[in-house]
Amino acid sequence: MSATVDAAPTTPAGGQSGTVKRAGVVGRLLKNPMGLIAIIILVTIVASALLAGVLAPYDPSRATNSVLAGPNGVNVLGTDSTGRDILSRLLFGARGTLVSAAIAAGVAIAIGLPAGLIAGYYGSWFDNLSSWSTNILMSLPTMIVLLAVRAAVGPSIPITMAIFGVMVSPGFFRLVRTATQSVRNELYVDAARVAGLSDFRIMARHIFGVVRAPVIIQAAMVCGIAISFQSSLEFLGLGDPTAATWGVMVNDGFRSIYRQPMALVWPTLAITLTIGGFVLLGNALRDALEDQVKVKEKVPAPPKVSGAVVQVPTAVATPHLLEVSNLRIQYPQPGGGRKTVVDGVSWHVDRGEVLGIVGESGSGKSQTAFAVLGLLPDNALITSGQITFDGHQTVDARSQRINQSVLSQLRGKRISYIPQEPMSNLDPSFTIGSQLVRPMTKMLKISESEAEKRALDLLAAVGIKDPRRTFKSYPHQVSGGMAQRVLIAGAISCEPDLIIADEPTTALDVTVQAEVLDVIRDLQRELHQGIILVTHNFGVVADLCDRVAVMQNGRIVEQGDVRTILRTPQDQYTQMLLESMLVGKTPMTKLIKQDSMGGLQ
Amino acid sequence: MLSFIGKRLLSGVGALFVVACLTFILLYLSSGNIARNIMGDQASDAAVAAKARELGLDQPLLVRLGSWLLDAVRLEFGKSWFTNQPVFQAIGARLPLTLIMVVIAIVLIAIVSTLLGVVAAVKRGAADRVVQVMAVLAASIPGFIIGIVLVLAFAIRLRWFPAVSRISPTSKAAEWAASLTLPIIALVLNGIASSAQQIRSAFIKQLELDYVRTLRSRGIPEKEILFRHVLRAAAPAGLTVLSLQFIGLLGGVVIIESIFALPGMGRLAVDATTQSDLPVVMGVVIYSVAIVVVVNLLVDIANGWLNPKVRVS
Repeated sequence: MSATVDAAPTTPAGGQSGTVKRAGVVGRLLKNPMGLIAIIILVTIVASALLAGVLAPYDPSRATNSVLAGPNGVNVLGTDSTGRDILSRLLFGARGTLVSAAIAAGVAIAIGLPAGLIAGYYGSWFDNLSSWSTNILMSLPTMIVLLAVRAAVGPSIPITMAIFGVMVSPGFFRLVRTATQSVRNELYVDAARVAGLSDFRIMARHIFGVVRAPVIIQAAMVCGIAISFQSSLEFLGLGDPTAATWGVMVNDGFRSIYRQPMALVWPTLAITLTIGGFVLLGNALRDALEDQVKVKEKVPAPPKVSGAVVQVPTAVATPHLLEVSNLRIQYPQPGGGRKTVVDGVSWHVDRGEVLGIVGESGSGKSQTAFAVLGLLPDNALITSGQITFDGHQTVDARSQRINQSVLSQLRGKRISYIPQEPMSNLDPSFTIGSQLVRPMTKMLKISESEAEKRALDLLAAVGIKDPRRTFKSYPHQVSGGMAQRVLIAGAISCEPDLIIADEPTTALDVTVQAEVLDVIRDLQRELHQGIILVTHNFGVVADLCDRVAVMQNGRIVEQGDVRTILRTPQDQYTQMLLESMLVGKTPMTKLIKQDSMGGLQ
Repeated sequence: MLSFIGKRLLSGVGALFVVACLTFILLYLSSGNIARNIMGDQASDAAVAAKARELGLDQPLLVRLGSWLLDAVRLEFGKSWFTNQPVFQAIGARLPLTLIMVVIAIVLIAIVSTLLGVVAAVKRGAADRVVQVMAVLAASIPGFIIGIVLVLAFAIRLRWFPAVSRISPTSKAAEWAASLTLPIIALVLNGIASSAQQIRSAFIKQLELDYVRTLRSRGIPEKEILFRHVLRAAAPAGLTVLSLQFIGLLGGVVIIESIFALPGMGRLAVDATTQSDLPVVMGVVIYSVAIVVVVNLLVDIANGWLNPKVRVS
């Protein structure tokens, strides 16, 4: 079992121990129909290669019967154009095929693995040199190179396949180099280095463990491609005509394609099955080792309303701008079952009101926000609850789906969104200006020049000093704080009634955070929208919000007026959050504690 | 942008030079008795030695490499040892057909695989599974087997198309079309399936990025998001897939030309290889790599243009 401990670094994510994961690989491979088929095919081929001498009824290179005989009592699969037994040649042909694959994969790994490790670990000139060689190798047409090799040295499977191995080594090189680079700076590798382990030991123990799985998968793929190229060369008549290999058999059969097509069928079938075996093995290994399938459940069709009239969700009278009631969001899990991320959540926002939704990451606060926007990932399921925006039901209790046709009328125009991470939320290929103008021409139906003018005003309104320059810039040319201002400008550009801000300041520097919060506060006072502010930071809540809902593990533990909750938090979790906000400011923590204690006493 | 193109061009020429040197050394280093092979077993030793002198084989390898390189700069690649035809002419006569096939093939692959990849990425479900299964099949079936199956089915059984090309200099358009249809189908099937899967992955990767969600939140219609933003963002990855596909096509066309007896550069390469006609083989390698260098340069320029970080600087 000690060997399995080494595997731990191969699965840094997922939280499973290496032992569990590794023990399961073979089992999972066999359970997967693809893996099972692949293993059956490959075991058969290996067996026929090993046992060809025993199993083959005839000498594969000697004529046994009339030429091009069909299947008969003597030759089970018939004979080829010189009367040799096809079955015997097929069995012996497995040898050349497997040898080809083994040489190609072996050479490719022997070059790509160490080169990738060294380039990834040390970088510098070796990295430059090997990356440059890799680029050259990858721009060579493999088939043409193999023709040149054949012209120079004649038909030799080992030499051809060794060169082929060199040609495909960049695949391994890149894989290993990338993996090594990403692992090199991991903490456990640093720790090993500090502990005085030699670079060689670190590479052998820690990094090799990480690259092992992808290298094995790639090797299976390379075996398949190697067989394809070797048999292609033989098919072209460039193989050793005296050897019993599948490619030579196809070449022979193709020349008598009109007289005896069956002679062609067997070797092509053998080649295709073997390559297919390696491809399926590679895919099954990927599934077994990397195992990150996004599970999606089929959503049942909404209940049909009897009669021809399809009921359109009609306006529901509610005094609030947005009302979320009893919302539950679930995700299907790989092993079956569902994971509940939002569980029976209800809250509301009014016009001109700022609602804070507070909780730590994973509490379901962002999921709730995306449900309101109708932008949940497509495997999310809304299993209960309803959402009503200004009389429009965007999620109704009966169909339990997001009503996209209603929402698409509201989104961007009446409900808008300020995301968390400013840089990744702008399209890097378009100028900031065009990303601001397009929603306005679409939603407000104004001309481009009008929209441009408006965009410049908006940029000025969110505190950008040189609006015209920012308008013409691409996202990579502005800072994170600027980008967040741009996104805020985008969110208010169509004068929405409701803005959903998902951690709008988390990704920013502390000084910029304050400025951006100022912008949001000023705009809200001026334009009087409702705002839902999703955050993990009670400081932001205290600064901006009128009311607050505290979420933990998908549920709301407490909600109400922001002053009340800040002063007298009822729930333990809220108290804990409040304390953690003030960690580092010890005196205040004590003050509030004493104060609240005092209040209680 | 200009310095970017200049750098890429320079590195392409550098690669061409390195490949030329390595190929030349590989070809001529290992074949010691070239003259004997050409003259046959019956020829006297004196005649063989004379032949070797005639071909310049008596000189040191590096000297020969140097003179080959000097000639190559003037587009002189020597003469075929068997037909005495200059390599430049031999390839020049065969290259257009091969280029026509490869260009038609890459355009078809680009269009069809993008369509399939995008549909699979956006619709998921059945379309997605079809693309996945196709990719596995394409990876499992070598090009020459696809060619053979097409010949058997559509040329021999159904007789819709000729099994062997009837292209000659005087052929009419209809004959060209009839003769090239099967070869091009055989050439593109693998590429379509494998590119479609990779374009699908590139597209899905983009669809999951934050800015797509933000565009949706701004009320931009889904079609516009897909075709104006996501397609453009996925284009560099797609172009890289296609450029690798193009390099593969230069090899695939060798096989397809052999199956359908098309008089292109691939057929020339196979014949020259069989006879060990090294000047011709050398010429084919150089032409192929030069074509790849040009295509890679075009892809680099396109990618640079698509990427504002490169374009604006």
